[in-house]
Amino acid sequence: MIARLTDGLSGRALALLALLFAAALVAPLFAGDYLLTVLILIFYFAYTGQAWNIMMGFCGQLSLGHALYVGLGAYTAAGLFVHYGIGPWLGLLVAAPLAGLAGAFVGYLAFRFRVGGVYFAILTIAVAEFARVGFDHLAWVNGSSGLFLPVKRYSGNDLWLLRGQPVMFYYILLAATVAALIGCRALLTSRIGYFWLAIREDEEAARAAGIDTFRYKMLAVVISAAMTSFAGVIYAFYYNNLFPEQVFHISRSIEIILGPFVGGVGTLFGPILGAAVLTGLAETLTSTLAAIGVDIPGAKQVFYGVCLLAVIVGAPEGIWPWLAQRLGLKGRGS
Amino acid sequence: MSALLSVDGISKRFRGLVAVDRLAFDVPEGGIYAVIGPNGAGKTTLFNMIAGVYAPDGGAITFAGKRIDGLTPDRICRRGIGRTFQIVRPFPALTVEDNVIVGALLHRRHVRDARARAHEVLRKLDLYDKREQRASSLTLPERKRLEVARALATEPKLLLLDEVMAGLRPTETDRMVAILRTLNAETGLTILLIEHVMRAVMALASQILVLHHGAPIAQGRPADVVRDPAVIHSYLGAEEV
Repeated sequence: MIARLTDGLSGRALALLALLFAAALVAPLFAGDYLLTVLILIFYFAYTGQAWNIMMGFCGQLSLGHALYVGLGAYTAAGLFVHYGIGPWLGLLVAAPLAGLAGAFVGYLAFRFRVGGVYFAILTIAVAEFARVGFDHLAWVNGSSGLFLPVKRYSGNDLWLLRGQPVMFYYILLAATVAALIGCRALLTSRIGYFWLAIREDEEAARAAGIDTFRYKMLAVVISAAMTSFAGVIYAFYYNNLFPEQVFHISRSIEIILGPFVGGVGTLFGPILGAAVLTGLAETLTSTLAAIGVDIPGAKQVFYGVCLLAVIVGAPEGIWPWLAQRLGLKGRGS
Repeated sequence: MSALLSVDGISKRFRGLVAVDRLAFDVPEGGIYAVIGPNGAGKTTLFNMIAGVYAPDGGAITFAGKRIDGLTPDRICRRGIGRTFQIVRPFPALTVEDNVIVGALLHRRHVRDARARAHEVLRKLDLYDKREQRASSLTLPERKRLEVARALATEPKLLLLDEVMAGLRPTETDRMVAILRTLNAETGLTILLIEHVMRAVMALASQILVLHHGAPIAQGRPADVVRDPAVIHSYLGAEEV
């Protein structure tokens, strides 16, 4: 199992990964409060980007509504905690299947009735929007007035109830990102991964090669959705407040896909690199602007736009394939 | 020889146009069977009905003793019919090897085993040395062979080839003919080909079916078929064969 996971990775790639991981492990020792929150954001987007990438990067199904699965995860875990005192890890056991089910619903609608390409993407937006409007009126989660988790000043970190300081969330998201990376590599180098790539490349040819494309597309959506819901659970317990207007908003979905797009759709390290570059640079920009006393609302969004343009023009496959080549790393499953 | 594939009175209409009209023929097990005919004769429609792209409006298609008409393309592949596309459709961003591994994984659980099978097939198709290249970087003749390789990796009993010689130079055609002959002779693979290139048809086929307006006008051994006045009139014309 371990052998298969590292199979095809050069010693150089492994060494670089180990170095990065070590740096990420000790980073909180040197990072101030602000830098830590930026790192948390980076790993949040690295993780969600990785999950989204399963659908689009591996299987070729463009989702522009991944906020749906974040929101379902967040609201399920927060609701269970607020109403019944059920901890987030147990809540995840409900949230993940629920998000998977929502993914299955979107997938079934689309794949059964041959809704593909752009129309599929629009369907994913539509379902997320339905959820946004629906949750606005759902009394169980206080509708549009928002759901709040009880907060007090925590001295220690309660990992079981996810009550504690930012550094705890940092390590949880770091662990999640590493697990997602390993999991995605295992998937990509497996039978399922080959079938996904075949579907992404040419669905009709994939079907002619005997692949039950409906089944494998469903699998991609369900896995991606369930994985994404975990980020939602963390989101809820990190921010402690949830508004449908924010959580399910389409801009949340777009934020999720920016990382993989910049880093490299369909690559394993692209989502992580993309999240680091985008979030890192955007936060640098924001804090620099604040430091020199300039206040430009929406500067971050404009910056995202500029980044996307630069990538589309300069490295359409993303910066990771470009960088990997320069680092002397190449090959499948990188 | 018993029939591996039996087409029994199938028809297909597109609005008013009858593309295939109550067509019947048998493809014997272990044979190389060619379907020829002018453009618009219904060859590709016939092909697509066998491969599961369209369901016939009437009639039956029986493969290895079981009805397959109306099944989806992936089911038909799993029953043991591999196909190529007239306009080649490799998985462009994947390597040559990975393209074939996808096919080989149909009947294998582990990528390791599929890779071994893929290497075997790639050697047969003269593509082994190109295995690490992206499929999109191949030349047309190589892509045509890759199509055959991917289909072959699924271990079909019947291989459907849709104009696999089209666009090939004569030397490349001869190479493909040699490969297909070897496959047929060594593994007993049954081949059904739709083809325009008479040079290849004459060299390969043990039996030919000539279609015209969706119906057969001649059927039999190649040497007899090309002398048939109806065939010469509607398809071969004044061309010397």
